[in-house]
Amino acid sequence: MEAFEILLNASFWVAAIRIASPLIFATMGELISERAGVLNLGIEGIMTVGAFVGWFTVYAGGGLWFGVCAAALAGAAFGLLHGFLTVPLGLSQHVTGIGITLLATSLTYFSYRLLLPEVTSPPKIEAFAPFAIPVLSDIPLIGPALFAQTPLTYLAFITVGIVAWGLYRTPAGLAVRVVGENPAAVEAQGISVTLIRMAAVATGSALMAIGGAFLTMSAFNSFFFEMINGRGWICIALVVFGSWRPGKALLGAILFAAFDAYQIRLQQVAGDLVPYQVFLMLPYILSILALIAVARRATYPKALMIPYQKGER
Amino acid sequence: MRLEPRETQSAAMTLAYPVGAIATTLVIASILVMLAGASPFNVFWLVLKGAAGSQFALIETLTRATPLIFTGLAVAVAFRARLWNIGAEAQLYIGAVITVVLGTGALPLPSAILIPVLTASVLLGGALVLLGPAFLKIQFGVDEVVTTLLLNFIVLLFVSMLLEGALKDPMGLGWPQSKRVIAEAQLPRLIQGKRLHFGFILALASAMITWFIMKKSTLGYEMRAVGHNPQAAAFAGIPVNRVLIKTALLSGGLASLAGYSEVAGLKGNLTLDLSPGYGYTGIVVAMLAMLNPAGVVAAAIFVAGIFVGADAMSRATNVPSYIAEVMVATALLTMVTAIMLSRYRIKWR
Repeated sequence: MEAFEILLNASFWVAAIRIASPLIFATMGELISERAGVLNLGIEGIMTVGAFVGWFTVYAGGGLWFGVCAAALAGAAFGLLHGFLTVPLGLSQHVTGIGITLLATSLTYFSYRLLLPEVTSPPKIEAFAPFAIPVLSDIPLIGPALFAQTPLTYLAFITVGIVAWGLYRTPAGLAVRVVGENPAAVEAQGISVTLIRMAAVATGSALMAIGGAFLTMSAFNSFFFEMINGRGWICIALVVFGSWRPGKALLGAILFAAFDAYQIRLQQVAGDLVPYQVFLMLPYILSILALIAVARRATYPKALMIPYQKGER
Repeated sequence: MRLEPRETQSAAMTLAYPVGAIATTLVIASILVMLAGASPFNVFWLVLKGAAGSQFALIETLTRATPLIFTGLAVAVAFRARLWNIGAEAQLYIGAVITVVLGTGALPLPSAILIPVLTASVLLGGALVLLGPAFLKIQFGVDEVVTTLLLNFIVLLFVSMLLEGALKDPMGLGWPQSKRVIAEAQLPRLIQGKRLHFGFILALASAMITWFIMKKSTLGYEMRAVGHNPQAAAFAGIPVNRVLIKTALLSGGLASLAGYSEVAGLKGNLTLDLSPGYGYTGIVVAMLAMLNPAGVVAAAIFVAGIFVGADAMSRATNVPSYIAEVMVATALLTMVTAIMLSRYRIKWR
């Protein structure tokens, strides 16, 4: 009974949307990249970079939005590196992506130790505060969840709209989608496949970094090691689960986050009966199960993970 | 710009590019070292001295290389067949769990029987961990990259649960750690009073056996064929799925031996910090070795040397020891680029 009552609690839905926000950013980032044909396993490291850069910028005296921009730029820089190695050079996207994650994570930790040599506990910043939209936030249950969040959460939802609109309603989006399906067709139109793919990876990586920054600038107010904790990998699964469509991926992220929020609350109700680690495991297990469920009918972008060489079939 | 395959590959070139990769890595590391306000020459000298400058340093490097040889071999085997096993970390921990389940007194056997029994059980356990993702890949087409990555988190939580529950040492003063393995289960030290243990010999033997399987056996040939082009391999009558399953069993087993060797050879018990990412570093080791089992041994010692050397260096300077992780990741990226450039020529047109 108690287990069900959790769902009727407004604070549960507030938490679910808060947990979903970084996933939404990063999932959209990975989605853009994969739609253009490039798997970006650098996601976990790029989120770490974003979390650190955003937080540190504010800690060093920058404004909050300036911090978000700095995080996005840092993410885009790693995206360009991943793009350069995998698109014109055509290196294995798996190996390069893992390499980017290792490099981005270790550079972040190196910088943290270098810039903050003396601290024992990570300093806190004045993070984004929730902003309640009048009237709408008074709707019972979903009002606080959807309309009394921090500006970054609103930005996450707006991003989904922009990505969906951009992919399906603009020439650039068309180019991105075709580059992921049939790059030769794009080249035949006189558009550079390399350029489109690089741009998609860089833009996607900027979004991943903002996803990371959400954790240190909105969900929490400081940076600590290993705080991404597999969220990047979850987003890779969410893209597959959402069959490479922004709307479905958004739904997947919210479902996942709701489950995560539920498991945290269930720990308090049933924590005596089951070890807490079982609850923490559930989101990862759920991701694998979701992948199995959709795997049969998943339609990958046809050129995903296939490097393109001009004039080669 | 486009890439053209080189027709010939001179010996000088195959050597020049890896050297260039290491040089690039050192240049990037130098920049970071200078940012930290230290002199690169001094820092690299300290790293070298810390890694190989004394008997103690050398033994420490070889000890640190031991788990990396196992995980490097595991990754090399899997990647050769294009089975993207990013889950060596999980397999390592399962190997460690099996070691403490069976090795802390459950099997009262003499060393000569217990050690082979443990080795076999650990191999089997690790193999089964990777069998799951391999099965999902074959049966449902689920990407093994994601499943093996997520399994790392699931297994680590599982280990944490065991260390606070079933496997918790009652005499551990409340720390989440397992009981110590019994004397009969311990892998002997190679030199009296030093940390280097029999696991290193086991790692070298594993490398030799893996080399033999990869280069001399039918399975090795089939793995390479599947990795090169699964459609063509299937067309040539190679049972692709069966080869992938065998690859998974071999790879998972090798990675789990890392956990066994760390617990039974070095640490004596299982804690949550048994592996500082040996599974992930194994990917770097395998790539630096160009997926060659013999090269894995050299690459593992090289990478271990950087870690051990950087630890020693950071105690003497104000350069964070994370410089080692940065160097290793940079080496991975520069090396894969170098390998590509040695095979292809860039045409700027």
